[in-house]
Amino acid sequence: MPGKKDNFHGCLVVCTLVRSIVDRLRQRYHYSLVILRELVKTDFKLRYQGSFLGVAWSVLQPLMLFVVMYLVFAKFLRMTDGTPTYPVVLLLGISSWQFFNESTSIGLRSIVDRGDLLRKVHFPNYIVVVSATMGALISYGINLIVVLIFAIFCRVHFTWRVLLLPISVFQLYILALGFTLIMATMYVYFRDVSHIWDVLQQVIFYSIPVIYPLTAVSGIHHWWGPVVAKLLLLNPIAQSIQDIRHSFIAPETTPTVWNQISNPFVTMIPILLTVIMVVLGVCVFRKYNRKFAEVM
Amino acid sequence: MSKAGEPIRQKKDDRPVVLSVEHVDKVFRLPTEQATGLKQAFINWTRGIKGYKEQQVLQDVSFQVHRGDFFGIVGRNGSGKSTLLKLISGIYYPERGHISYTGKLVPFIELGVGFNPELTGRENVYLNGALLGFTRSEVDAMYDDIVDFAELGEFMDQKLKNYSSGMQVRLAFSVAIKAQGDILILDEVLAVGDEAFQRKCDDYFTEVKKDPNKTVILVTHDMGAVKKYCDRAILIKDGHVVINGDKDDVANRYTLENLKATDKQSDGKKQGDEYPTGLSAQVPLLRAYPVSSSVCKSSDTFRFDVEYDCAQYDNLYMAIAMHDTRRGGIAYDTGSDAIRLKACGHQVVHCSVPLNIFNNGEFRLVVSLRVRDAAQTDKNAPTKMIAFTNDENSCVFAIRDKRNREYALLSDRGLQISLLGEESL
Repeated sequence: MPGKKDNFHGCLVVCTLVRSIVDRLRQRYHYSLVILRELVKTDFKLRYQGSFLGVAWSVLQPLMLFVVMYLVFAKFLRMTDGTPTYPVVLLLGISSWQFFNESTSIGLRSIVDRGDLLRKVHFPNYIVVVSATMGALISYGINLIVVLIFAIFCRVHFTWRVLLLPISVFQLYILALGFTLIMATMYVYFRDVSHIWDVLQQVIFYSIPVIYPLTAVSGIHHWWGPVVAKLLLLNPIAQSIQDIRHSFIAPETTPTVWNQISNPFVTMIPILLTVIMVVLGVCVFRKYNRKFAEVM
Repeated sequence: MSKAGEPIRQKKDDRPVVLSVEHVDKVFRLPTEQATGLKQAFINWTRGIKGYKEQQVLQDVSFQVHRGDFFGIVGRNGSGKSTLLKLISGIYYPERGHISYTGKLVPFIELGVGFNPELTGRENVYLNGALLGFTRSEVDAMYDDIVDFAELGEFMDQKLKNYSSGMQVRLAFSVAIKAQGDILILDEVLAVGDEAFQRKCDDYFTEVKKDPNKTVILVTHDMGAVKKYCDRAILIKDGHVVINGDKDDVANRYTLENLKATDKQSDGKKQGDEYPTGLSAQVPLLRAYPVSSSVCKSSDTFRFDVEYDCAQYDNLYMAIAMHDTRRGGIAYDTGSDAIRLKACGHQVVHCSVPLNIFNNGEFRLVVSLRVRDAAQTDKNAPTKMIAFTNDENSCVFAIRDKRNREYALLSDRGLQISLLGEESL
């Protein structure tokens, strides 16, 4: 039985190695985690403070917004891809976009807004940005629950792909974080960035198939219709939102990069762009964050 | 010269260094154009100008703080003290040089630790604890202490915006000093709170001064506090460390710096740096030195000379303070205008002091030259210090006598308490 014993030994070594790495990471980020928790809690508390309905607003607000969106886009404008579940797909797309929108526009100002704090206490200042995006992520989580309720009402056909949802949400989150880190850094130096970003956000919003179905583009009877549709899908924001829709509620009807483009190298482009965005964000932020307290 | 002081200093250096600042430079970029933003940045770029000028705030600043020190940083407004504190706290980063510390550092800068007005006092304490690096359970442990010290028990569930400004500062200060940090950084805190609170702070400082594990770095304009609490101090002027070490020198020099600034006639300000501490173009020389032996018996009369060289003044006075270096405090002072000097120029004055009433000890005679404005006809107008003897050119002597005891300043020959009678109650 020597082989078994060796196996057991190897297992033990790997286990202790993993544990020591986890411990090291925990030690290193313990301080950051404590701060992050407190900041997120504070932000959440402050958001609904002084309002009559309090935390209930975090559910009510998206609910009311959905009703408006549904009436405008699905009933009056009759945007549809021909499937009965399209209203829920629309809601999911809009709430995903809202998450991206909220986390970048709040995160953009987070460093400057917390300037008072950053000038008095030293703590890793990326936490301020992360906590802003975390706040948006919490709202997104609540929105997803509301979407789920709608989906159940609309008798959406769920599949095992729901398990893939966290991966796509994670991709959208780190993408938003990458953007936010860059924007927040630039905003410290140039306040113009927030205005530019407002406009840019509109451009991105209309360039991704959120309020219109992708078929509205790919169905155009010109040679460029399908090409543009594929190009739009290569945008990592569009790709991840389509993936979220695909995994969560409409696996049969949502076009994604994976089922529209056959070349496997091309399908990796949005993933690559996401990674580039995050790495760039972290690098830019790391390079300039030491100067924040002086420049603000 | 200062034989008496040396052994004490030697002992101090044995303690580990908890904060070391080495050759630190700091440059700020001040924008020269009115507008900032992308447009201006672009215009500046096309014109090929920088759009800012560089201001050297700190230059080659080095010092070390040992564990248990009560360390003072003194300087006039705009001299770079607060920048230095922010560098130490890690809020700014130096352009050159290196700052390192061991242990947990708790800063209290710009009268606050970053409170949020929308949160309650309790929530703010916990948030701040987290920012300073304490977990929830650690803050739990020190929470009662903080509230007790701030005397705000009944207000802790009120929002901070409903606090008075004094209460806010009091709470912030309590968080800073009651947090279990190893190095405490305090910027301009001595005016916090009402008299009762200040007395409490005073007690706290006195206690911390004795604690060998707590290190305090204090920035203040209150020279009384420097002399009272600090073990060592540095004086910063225009981004340079002018004096590093003796707190009395620092405090006296600071007073002199401020006088120079108010004195409009003083044209020697620029040359001031060429002179040692306490001296200037008007008074290039002032020193006191023993004539008799500097170790005396109580029956001796200690004789010393004061040599000075000073510009023409109408009303020149000399004040002599006798510092008790062993016990602290000032054993005797002549008063600022008791000794009037007859002549200016290069002179020497012979003095003596009887030692009969003192026990054993080490003493330092610090001499200052003072003037009263000729314009002042009022005989009681205060005099102004124009020079003082620093650590090196003050006169040091010691009393060693078998008849004497060691503990108190005054001997039995100087003072005795007589019993008037006894009664049983």
